[in-house]
Amino acid sequence: MSDSLRRTALHATHTQLGARLVPFAGYEMPIQYSSIKQEHAAVRDRAGLFDVSHMGQIELRGPRAIQAAEALVTCEVSSLSPGRARYGLLLNEAGGCIDDVMLTRVADDALFLCVNASNVQTCLEWIQARAGDRVEVENRSQATSLLALQGPSARAILEAIVSQETPLPRRFRVAHCELAGLRTLVSGTGYTGSPGFEIYSQNADAPALWQALLEAGAEHGIEPAGLGARDTLRLEAALPLYGHELDTTTTPFEAALGRFVKPLDRGFVGAAALAERADEPDPRRLVGLEMIGRGIARAEHPIQVRGETVGVVTSGGPSPTLGKSIGLGYVPRHLSRVGTSVDVVIREKPVEARLVETPFL
Amino acid sequence: MADYQIPEDLAYTKEDEWVRRDGDEVVIGVTDFAQNQLGDIVFVELPDVGSVTEAGAPFGTIESVKAVSDLFAPLDGEITAVNESLEDEPERVNESCYGDGWLVRLRPSDDAAVAGLLDANGYLASVAERDDA
Repeated sequence: MSDSLRRTALHATHTQLGARLVPFAGYEMPIQYSSIKQEHAAVRDRAGLFDVSHMGQIELRGPRAIQAAEALVTCEVSSLSPGRARYGLLLNEAGGCIDDVMLTRVADDALFLCVNASNVQTCLEWIQARAGDRVEVENRSQATSLLALQGPSARAILEAIVSQETPLPRRFRVAHCELAGLRTLVSGTGYTGSPGFEIYSQNADAPALWQALLEAGAEHGIEPAGLGARDTLRLEAALPLYGHELDTTTTPFEAALGRFVKPLDRGFVGAAALAERADEPDPRRLVGLEMIGRGIARAEHPIQVRGETVGVVTSGGPSPTLGKSIGLGYVPRHLSRVGTSVDVVIREKPVEARLVETPFL
Repeated sequence: MADYQIPEDLAYTKEDEWVRRDGDEVVIGVTDFAQNQLGDIVFVELPDVGSVTEAGAPFGTIESVKAVSDLFAPLDGEITAVNESLEDEPERVNESCYGDGWLVRLRPSDDAAVAGLLDANGYLASVAERDDA
């Protein structure tokens, strides 16, 4: 593996567990430990533990931090109380997506954005250029480890190691919790479509925290899970992945994320462009699809209707939970109704598929 | 290097296929190293019975959760049977790559060509060059 790849604080742990490591966003990350299907099932049925320390954390602090963020993200920030998290998008002036983010307000004058590993530099520079005076912008990505504990047993596992004085947060809230004697910030969030938590800690504490979670989770059937399962899980939940469903040419409305966009008259970056585009005749729309014929839809496969290419698959693969092949893709709005029959072109052959409701589970 | 099963009585290719003689036909599959590298197999696309194969040319595809890989014909010949159970149970390739996970039966156009394939030792060397476990 190349020496120029970064490693998380858990690299030695992953190696000991026999993980298959691959380059991802400049990091050496575990793609699987046992098998993607097995790890996927562990999350759906019991619990899975992920190292997602490669993700970025950008902090904004100071008397104007909240206002600065309000002007940059599509979600409302001033109305978000300290201790709460909210999903939103960072848009460019044309209304296209720079990244999708989880914004967490930690104090009256402080918040952080959890951003995609591949977008840390882009987001940092974008925010620094626009935050203005009286806002400290700090890249905390390298200093922070992030574990995700996901599955129906996640809460029970944390209850076993959390100090009584620091109760666990509910969904979309965060709390400073002592887990196995270690100081962490626990967030009631996740990217799998199963209930669970994301746990921020100091790098030095991450290996001990990982061990403590595996031990407490043993009786619940916890398994370490890699990026392979992370992708199959989020696909079943129809959660977008930047670089696939989202990029600088897609608007939140096309990506079916309109509910995360505050009223356009609030004056955030990209709002004016979105308002101008509101009357476009037939924009694209992100849809879910299910394969009917034999074949697995994958990113970049064309979507056809009656022999004519009308769209493209952005993500696709097997759904281990459903036992079917599913996908997400863009089609013109007038062809986006659930139930519409389409073909996905796989290795030059059209294979029948159907547009379905999302999430798939 | 991790321990991969490489049965002595089979012939092999550098594309990680095994070949077993059975009368005037051969049975073909992918090796233990291949199924391990691929991970969970979720889809196998095999040629029609009767199709003609060309040594070294792709004759089907095998898909894992994340990737699509070509299957390469080890020999010139004609497909005489395909393992239809893989349509519903592609995971057989992971579970029993030398047994129930076989892919196709082929009648080679040149019987002597089988002797030109790698033996178990030759295949072991090929794996050792590539394996980073």
